Order: sequence, then structure tokens, then C-alpha cells
Amino acid sequence: MAEKLKLQIDGIDVTVNNGTTILDAARKANIHIPTLCYHEDLCVAGNCRVCVVEVGGSKALVPACAMPASEGMQVRTNTGKVRLARKHIVELLLSEHNADCTKCYKNGNCELQYLASEMLTGDPLYIDLVPEHNYTIDRFNSAIIKDDSKCIRCQRCVRTCEELQSVSALDVAYKGNKMKISTFFENPLFEVVCTNCGQCVLRCPTGALIERNYIDQVWDAIYNPNKHVVVQTAPAVRIALGESLGMAPGKIVTGKMVAALKRLGFDAVLDTDFTADLTIIEEGHELLNRLKRVLVDKDPTVALPMATSCSPGWIKFIEHTFPEYLPNLSSCKSPQQMFGALAKTYYAQKKGIDPKTIVSVSIMPCTAKKFEADRPEMRSSGYKDVDFVLTTRELGIMIRQAGLDFESLPNEHFDSIMGESTGAAVIFGSTGGVMEAALRTAYEVVTGRPVPFEKLNILPVRGTEGEVREASIKIEKTLPAWSFLEGVELKCVVANGLAHAKRVMQSVKDGTANYHFIEIMACPGGCLGGGGQPIPTNPEVRSKRKAAIYEEDMGMPIRKSHENPEIAEIYKEFLGEPLGHKSHELLHTHYTPRKRY
Amino acid sequence: MSPNGNLIRELVEKHGRSRTSLMPILQGVVERQNYIADYDLTDIAKELDLSAAQVYGTATFYSFLDTVPRGKYIIRVCKTITCDMHGKKTIVQTLENMLKIKVGETTQNKKFTLLETNCLGWCHKSPAMLINDEPYTELTPERIHDIIADFMNKS
Repeated sequence: MAEKLKLQIDGIDVTVNNGTTILDAARKANIHIPTLCYHEDLCVAGNCRVCVVEVGGSKALVPACAMPASEGMQVRTNTGKVRLARKHIVELLLSEHNADCTKCYKNGNCELQYLASEMLTGDPLYIDLVPEHNYTIDRFNSAIIKDDSKCIRCQRCVRTCEELQSVSALDVAYKGNKMKISTFFENPLFEVVCTNCGQCVLRCPTGALIERNYIDQVWDAIYNPNKHVVVQTAPAVRIALGESLGMAPGKIVTGKMVAALKRLGFDAVLDTDFTADLTIIEEGHELLNRLKRVLVDKDPTVALPMATSCSPGWIKFIEHTFPEYLPNLSSCKSPQQMFGALAKTYYAQKKGIDPKTIVSVSIMPCTAKKFEADRPEMRSSGYKDVDFVLTTRELGIMIRQAGLDFESLPNEHFDSIMGESTGAAVIFGSTGGVMEAALRTAYEVVTGRPVPFEKLNILPVRGTEGEVREASIKIEKTLPAWSFLEGVELKCVVANGLAHAKRVMQSVKDGTANYHFIEIMACPGGCLGGGGQPIPTNPEVRSKRKAAIYEEDMGMPIRKSHENPEIAEIYKEFLGEPLGHKSHELLHTHYTPRKRY
Repeated sequence: MSPNGNLIRELVEKHGRSRTSLMPILQGVVERQNYIADYDLTDIAKELDLSAAQVYGTATFYSFLDTVPRGKYIIRVCKTITCDMHGKKTIVQTLENMLKIKVGETTQNKKFTLLETNCLGWCHKSPAMLINDEPYTELTPERIHDIIADFMNKS
């Protein structure tokens, strides 16, 4: 039990654990203190000062986010002195901020703008310094745009990149009035170690870091009568999209999302979950195949442990940081790219559509997917496999642009073909999900029996935020063809957030770990906390999205990828067999070593 | 291997690989060649297992850790108020005339770089300037002529 202490905030008694900050104590008492540099996922910086409060006995104002509460403390959050100081702080920030709000992508979803409107900042008190600064905009990247003229130097992005992702593509450079958030030598983002994960975009309080949006391009495609526009939706979009349209976090909106996409004018509304199931078949067989080649054939060229390859942020991270382990990555493309490759081949054939006229759009919880779609490796259909990638946020904007009342939309079903999926695919959206889905299938392939867990819920591999989760599953009573796996303890590890991915890979490199299968998701919590998800994304929101994902899984009639009838169909009619010739041509790829420095 | 690989390795051996060694290593490079090149920064980052942006951020924070090529002799004229009131402007003009460069520039022969700096703590003997680590005080245009002429004759 932590020691308790009592303080008074605006005359209200609050009892909190020793070590609680004034900010958290105030939240407990339902008193709102404005913040800018503070973020629940990150360490305290205390640099913006907008959370200042008066504390009895102290002449200077103190930052509520950084100051621990103490016994008998008298805090006042709403005095004239406090309000004037906060207003001046915001006005000073605005004097260096390109406040051209009507032209800003974050207009209406900007923490600085919100504070300015709340404080009625009015006519500027301070000289406009924007023309004095030679601000730069980096729009060379296909995923993320960095606009220094909007930056208030709160350093949430810097802390995100270091603490959560251990990438540190961004850091603080120079000092005083020249201080800026910079990459190495102010190089454009595409030239440095940035993984495009978008976690900085998720936390930027202003429009300084935003996703590159492709909304107009997608509208153009929809309006073009000569184009057949197909859209795929990732698992984690359906449990978060509601948030960007005013609904509470944790609402499952799969049916409404499908209805909205149909009303927007997409010609076919299909599901990335279908190719998530396909990924499981291919990746599961790849894992079994690698195990066989190691255990039976004693082939020294086979790389184990095998690591998942669904998360494009993770892919770019390993390319930069552990390029010597690229052979350990599953050669499977991510579900998005499998879908793209099949949309312009299998789907086009079956529907009798010229693939030239197909525009393939994907809705992703992710900014790195934009970069992934642009990779030169991703053109195996003979065309760009995925033409445009939109984030959950961008889809939210399109739905608002179209004037749809999202909440009142009916539930509709995905189109066919490539619209059928299972619970195993849905859980791809959470950390541990790919592992669980793969085990549900691989175990059954090997033993002929379902995984020995109640209701197929393999709780030991369900990842948790902020930790690396290890689990092992013993394979017993195998089918004759897999007898070499009899008694083998399959060692798995699940990590989310690149800082944890780095730890896992370091232990593989040191030889201290002995895994067979590694699942890595670049973002905290997995895709549900992805860089393309609605803002705010914080621990509370993520836990609600996670609950929704597993609820959606439980509610699906089929919960094992290999039982998806459309999967059986595609192998019968088109692909032949898992890891077959056609699979290799369309569904598998390899990656490029990149420099960390 | 980058041009300064040996120097960096030598400095890393001397100061260690922890993050706290970053400053002495950066200073060591500046001591040897007056500035830290981009390949030096990446070499240091690699040795210390830091990101390149972190090393760049640290180097750019300090005005005496230059990240662009500088001349052999770096002249830093104090720009703060006391020196300013005691004729810093004329001092800078004299230097610019003699060296045929503006503040922020380096001479063609890479011998001199002219910069301004914040307070050097020589207000009582202002105006003041530094040439590398050596302070020169109570400057007049005549003294500047003598000092710079001396340096011009040095190798």
C-alpha cells in the first residue's frame, strides 16, 4: 500500500498516493488543468508551463504536471494570476506559431487552437515572430509531413521517438530562440532512421507532425466513372473509427463503417481481414516449414527464430537497426500488401475487370502503411498493388465531408469476394494477435486438434503494453506427417513498441533468448494504438479498443483462419497450395538492408 | 572507414562508451580539427549506441562545438551589451576589412573564421574577442591590425 496524503485543490479535499502529481490529483477531483507538453504515455517534461498553478507558501507558480502533491498542500488552479500566466504562455507560443488555422490539416483537432479559443487570446500581445524564423517544411516523405512553423517545441515527439520507439530519429537541436526539433543534420525524414510509425503524429498537439493525406486523390478515383475502386479495411480501424466521429472509445463499428464506405461510393468494400487469414495460412506454413528444415533436414541456412512481418514500422526498424536479421523475417507480405496484390490479379480475374482500371485503396490505423505501399517491392501484380493508403483519421474526415450521420447508419456486410474473415484476423489489431491467430491454425495443422485453450483464447500470448511477453506451447500427439514436432516446446515472444522490439532482438543477438517465433508490432498496444488512429490515443483509450477487438473476435462465427471458406476457395481456384509458386510470386517478398547511420 | 575513424576510436577508448562520454569526445574532436563533421557525428553515435540525431542535438546545443568546417583560427567577437557600447561594431568592421569576410564566414585559405559570441566575461576590459581559446581585450582597430597581422604570418 502506498502512503496516502491529503491536499486541498480549490478548496476541495483530495486524498492521493504519495508521489502523485498535482495534475493527477486535480484530475481525481475532476478539476481540469490545461496541458500541452504533458502526455500520459511519456515522461514528464514540464517545458510548456501551461499547467501552472498557485501553491500556498510558494511565490512562483508551479507546473502541475511535474510537481508532486504533498501533505496539506493548498493548490489553486483558477486564480487571476494563474489564468493570466497561462494566457500569456499561450500567447507567447502563438507569437512563434504559424497560426494560419484555416489552412491547417489539424484545424479543429489542435490542442493549441483549443487552448487559444478557451483563453480568448484575441489580439496579439506579443510581436509576431513567425516571419523572423526561417521555418522549414519537410514534405518529401510519403507518410509524414513535418512543418516546423507549427511546432511549439513541447518535445512530445522527441520523447515518443526515444522512450516508446528507441529510434530517436528526432531530437532537440540548437538552443534558445534557434531551438528546433530536428533530424540528423536536418535531413528530410525519408533519409533518416524514421520508421514512419506515426507515434509522433499521434501525440503532436499541433499540426507540426501530420500524416500525408490522400483524401482528394481517393475522391478523384471514386468520381472517375472509368475506375473500379476497391477498398480494404484493417482490423484495428473498425474498433476506433467511431472515435473520430464523436463516439466513445471502444465501440465496434464494423457494420457502420462498411455502410459508410458504400455510401462514399467505393465500388467494392472488402476486408484486409481476409488477407490477414491468408497471412496466417502462409506464415503458419512458413514457420512449420522452417522448423522442419531445421529439425529434420538440419539445414544450417534456415533462419530461426522467425519474426512476423505485418508491421511496416517494425520492418523499416529492423532494416535500419538489425539488417543482419532480415532473413529471420517471415517472407510473407503484410495483409495490406497481400490484398493489394490479389485485388489486381485474383479479384480482377474473377470479376472480369481490367486490373488497369482498378484503384486499390486501404484504410489503415497506420502511417507506415503509406510508405509500405510505395515500396518498389510492392508491385507484384504488375501495377502498384495498393494505390492509396488512408488512416482511420482520414476516413473519418471523408465521412464528415460526405455529410453522413455515422452513428445512425445501419450495419452492412462486406462485399464478396475477399470480404469474408474470422476472429483470428480481427485480433491482428492487438499485440499478440498474430501470434494467437497463427497458433490457432498451426497447432491444428500439426495435431489435428484445436489449441488446448478454453474457447480458443490463448491468453498467455496476449501481449501487454510496456512488456515483452514470453510463452511456450507444448506440441503433443502430432499427426504422423509432423511427428518431428512431437514433444517440441514452441517458444514464442510478443512485443509491442519498438523499444521492446529492440530488447527482444538484442536478446536474440546476444544468444540469451531461444525463441522459435517472434511477433513484433511497432506501436504500443499493437495496431489498435497505431500512428493513424484517432487522436487522442492514450493508455485508457487503448485498453478500451483492446477490449473491443477481443469482443469482436468472440462474436465471430468462425475464429480460425483455416476455416475461412473464402480462403479454401482461393487456394482451390487460384493459389494452389500454401507457399506454392503463385503464393511466392504474389504474397511473399524480401526486404532491403538500410543504414542506421 | 570514415576519415577520422582512428581519432574517434582513440577518444572512445579514452573516455568510455557511456552517454556521459559524449561531451568529452565531441570536445576532443573539436580540439583536433576545429569542427565536427557529419561522419564524425555518426561514428560517435555508432560507438556510443546513440542515434545520430541525439549526437547532432547535443553538438548543436553548444556554440563551441561547430558542425560546419571552420578555419584554423576562429575569431569570436563578444556581441553583448558592454562590448557593443565600447565599439564592438568598429572592431567587427576592422576584422571584416582585414580578412575580407563577413561574420559567419571563413577565409578562402581556411585560416580564419569570424564569428560573434555571447558574453565572454571580459566586460571590464571590453571590447573583447577570442581567437581559439585565447582572449584579447581592450581592443582598438590598431590592436586588431597588430594581432591579425601576427596571425597572418603564423602558419
